[in-house]
Amino acid sequence: MLFENDITAFWITLQLALATVVVLLIVGTPLAWWLATTRFRFKALVEAAVALPLVLPPTVIGFYLLIAMGPDGPLGQLMTAVGLEPLAFTFTGLVIGSVFYSLPFVVQPLQSTFSSMGKGPLEVAATLGASPVDRFFSVVLPLSRSGYLTAAVLGFAHTLGEFGVVLMIGGNIPGQTQVLSIAIYDHVESLEYANAHWLAGTLLVFSFLLLLLVYGLNKRFDVVKV
Amino acid sequence: MTGNAQGEELLIAVAANFSSTLERIAQQFEDQTGHGVTLVNGATGRHYAQIVNGAPYDLFFAADAEATRLLEEEGRAVPGTRVVYAQGRLALWSRQAGFIDGEGQILREGEFRRLAIANPRLAPYGEAAVDVLNALGLFERVEDRLVRGENIAQTYQFADSGNAELAFVAYSQILEAGQDGSYWLVPTNLHRPLLQEAVLLKDSQAVREFLAFVMQDEAQTLIGNSGYVGAVSAALSDQPVINHAVRE
Amino acid sequence: MTIQVNLKVRKGDFDLHAEFQVPGTGVTAVFGRSGCGKSTLLRVIAGLEEPLQGGLVSVNGVTWCAQDHSVPVHQRRVGYVFQEPGLFPHLSVQGNLEFALKRRRPGEGAADLDEVVPLLGLEHLLLRRPATLSGGEKQRVAIGRALLSAPALLLMDEPLAALDARSKDEILPFIDRLCSAARMPVLYVSHSTDEVARLADQLIFMEQGRVLAHGPLAEVLARVDSPIARSDEAFSVLHCGIAELEGPCHLSILRTASGDSIYVPRLPLGEQRTLIRLRINARDVSLCSQRPVGSSILNILRARVTQVSDADGKGQQLVQLRLADSEEILLARISEYSCRQLEITEEMEIFCQIKAVALLS
Repeated sequence: MLFENDITAFWITLQLALATVVVLLIVGTPLAWWLATTRFRFKALVEAAVALPLVLPPTVIGFYLLIAMGPDGPLGQLMTAVGLEPLAFTFTGLVIGSVFYSLPFVVQPLQSTFSSMGKGPLEVAATLGASPVDRFFSVVLPLSRSGYLTAAVLGFAHTLGEFGVVLMIGGNIPGQTQVLSIAIYDHVESLEYANAHWLAGTLLVFSFLLLLLVYGLNKRFDVVKV
Repeated sequence: MTGNAQGEELLIAVAANFSSTLERIAQQFEDQTGHGVTLVNGATGRHYAQIVNGAPYDLFFAADAEATRLLEEEGRAVPGTRVVYAQGRLALWSRQAGFIDGEGQILREGEFRRLAIANPRLAPYGEAAVDVLNALGLFERVEDRLVRGENIAQTYQFADSGNAELAFVAYSQILEAGQDGSYWLVPTNLHRPLLQEAVLLKDSQAVREFLAFVMQDEAQTLIGNSGYVGAVSAALSDQPVINHAVRE
Repeated sequence: MTIQVNLKVRKGDFDLHAEFQVPGTGVTAVFGRSGCGKSTLLRVIAGLEEPLQGGLVSVNGVTWCAQDHSVPVHQRRVGYVFQEPGLFPHLSVQGNLEFALKRRRPGEGAADLDEVVPLLGLEHLLLRRPATLSGGEKQRVAIGRALLSAPALLLMDEPLAALDARSKDEILPFIDRLCSAARMPVLYVSHSTDEVARLADQLIFMEQGRVLAHGPLAEVLARVDSPIARSDEAFSVLHCGIAELEGPCHLSILRTASGDSIYVPRLPLGEQRTLIRLRINARDVSLCSQRPVGSSILNILRARVTQVSDADGKGQQLVQLRLADSEEILLARISEYSCRQLEITEEMEIFCQIKAVALLS
């Protein structure tokens, strides 16, 4: 049996994953491009920083975000300075946390796609009169299609399963910050195992279908590729 | 933990909020008896699930009276050994000095954005916080400003980081952190009692010795100084206290 | 109408300093060994790499790069054919061609699809994906695509280098046609003397990042001090008119500027060209102090010795000759011993026996 709260949590989770992926694709593209093309000496530093969420427990990210979003933290002070609401316990705050948390899952596939593409196609396009923006949309995007798909799905799926960060900065507010994984946790902790099963099973099936869809699509893309 | 050749090794599950207090008591116990004690610190719900699934604990100090009752009913605990070892005190806390008056008027005046409580579905301190808000007739007024920590430690953290101006936390946490700030020690008649029970999971001489050690005056004083109402004072109060202290 | 280039580039240990000025029409070959900086030169001209401060690239009056500014690649109106065809794999052949068409600026007399497609024989390829094309076909599409971008200068960086011999033979006639039909100047990088002899009007000779010689093809080739001339591959290029298309015994007869006849295997009937280009290797030219009689060699030209020089320090001499009554220059590579026997000196009148000629275009 799903409670009304559980269905709300499901929608919040989907919205969070979607918003996070959109932000990550927008932010991750220039970052991945820079990483793929730069000859900056200390590039390894940036790469290591991007990869950190892979190894750090999410609660560490959550803990530092909580501090950063507090009134003494840089994010908190920034929000005060521009006259906006504090970020902790808000959906926006969760999106920001999830962006950090899922960053490597989007940046790394993009970076490897961009690297393997090389600068050849871009140089060709430039000599054919394509401006930098034109080159991105007419050459980079179509050639990186499968990399973008992988990045989007990994980012989305990873955010779906997010727990530690939300635990730290969410505040478990139904309809705003109570996501699926937290709802499942609450059910388990309060010994409501039947509800936990329902939710966990739904998440499992949904995630599986999502990945199935992606691998199916990716196969079709491969046929179109070189 | 060390023990002498005759000493037994005890494995004890303890609720997170009580672990630092119990650690000090266990240290004294080891020094005096030569038994060894290992504490496993965690959330009461998780400990319960682990015990149900066969975790090899000798003794369980829960954060409530529910898990111990279930364990006894299910026949997983030694019958008749449940005992209230301490009673928790709820406090409204802010890290800002002078923010909270001694009466908790701040809740009525409403000069805050966020009030953190422990999730009432999971944590007794959360239930108690809701009791207080209801008793003051303020629940509706502050409901949309509530944020919920998964446990009392996380609730404390919300307020400690400043993301929530106010939080209902355990008085023992405030004493342990020894921080500046301001608090209102909530009168116990505003919420259901925060009874914390222990129960034997395995019967042995050493386990019984340990539980008795916790219940005797010296340890109870320490518990009282740590922000709890000791079991003895609790028994003297008008709260219904189930107390089957095991003594040799 | 000129192409002016004065560039310095530094890449690690490698220094490139290229300074030249060539006519703004026709095909200029950039010739030199691998690693001499030819490709870098092209990349800098296209704007794909930046020269050191103060470089100059100017094409027929339009400055692409000068002291204080550098036009970005996509605004340079440059057509670039790389060694690797670089077709966009996500587009069909037609899509690749249209990629260029859509982005070009309207220019007068720019080539259109219905001109480029037959020129390069792409009719039956239009709907195919690049992945399904052969190497030669891909390169033809790449060339077509570059032409359709209506370039003010066409750069070709060893377009045949990545192809096998068969594909080269298949594609060279297309490039040949293209170069004679091209309305824009072409810079053609190559390290193949065949391609240079066949296609180039002008020659830039590069070695170790420096331009050693540049000028009209025949002139640069004829310089006895040029590295090509001193090599085994030394050759000259002659231009002849057609005297008799259907000569005897399956031959055609050509006429040199000096009025001598040259016999070649019969040209195809309906030959349109009036000027035929011949490659004559220096080692296929032997010299006689008197007109040889009773020789099986058909092609004998009158010439005057203009310069004699040591070719390799190992007993080979390079003799530069000017065909009688003309400006055409021929190189002969003979042994030092023969040179002494014949007492060859400058200004000497002499007869050249040509053992083999290669028809170029």
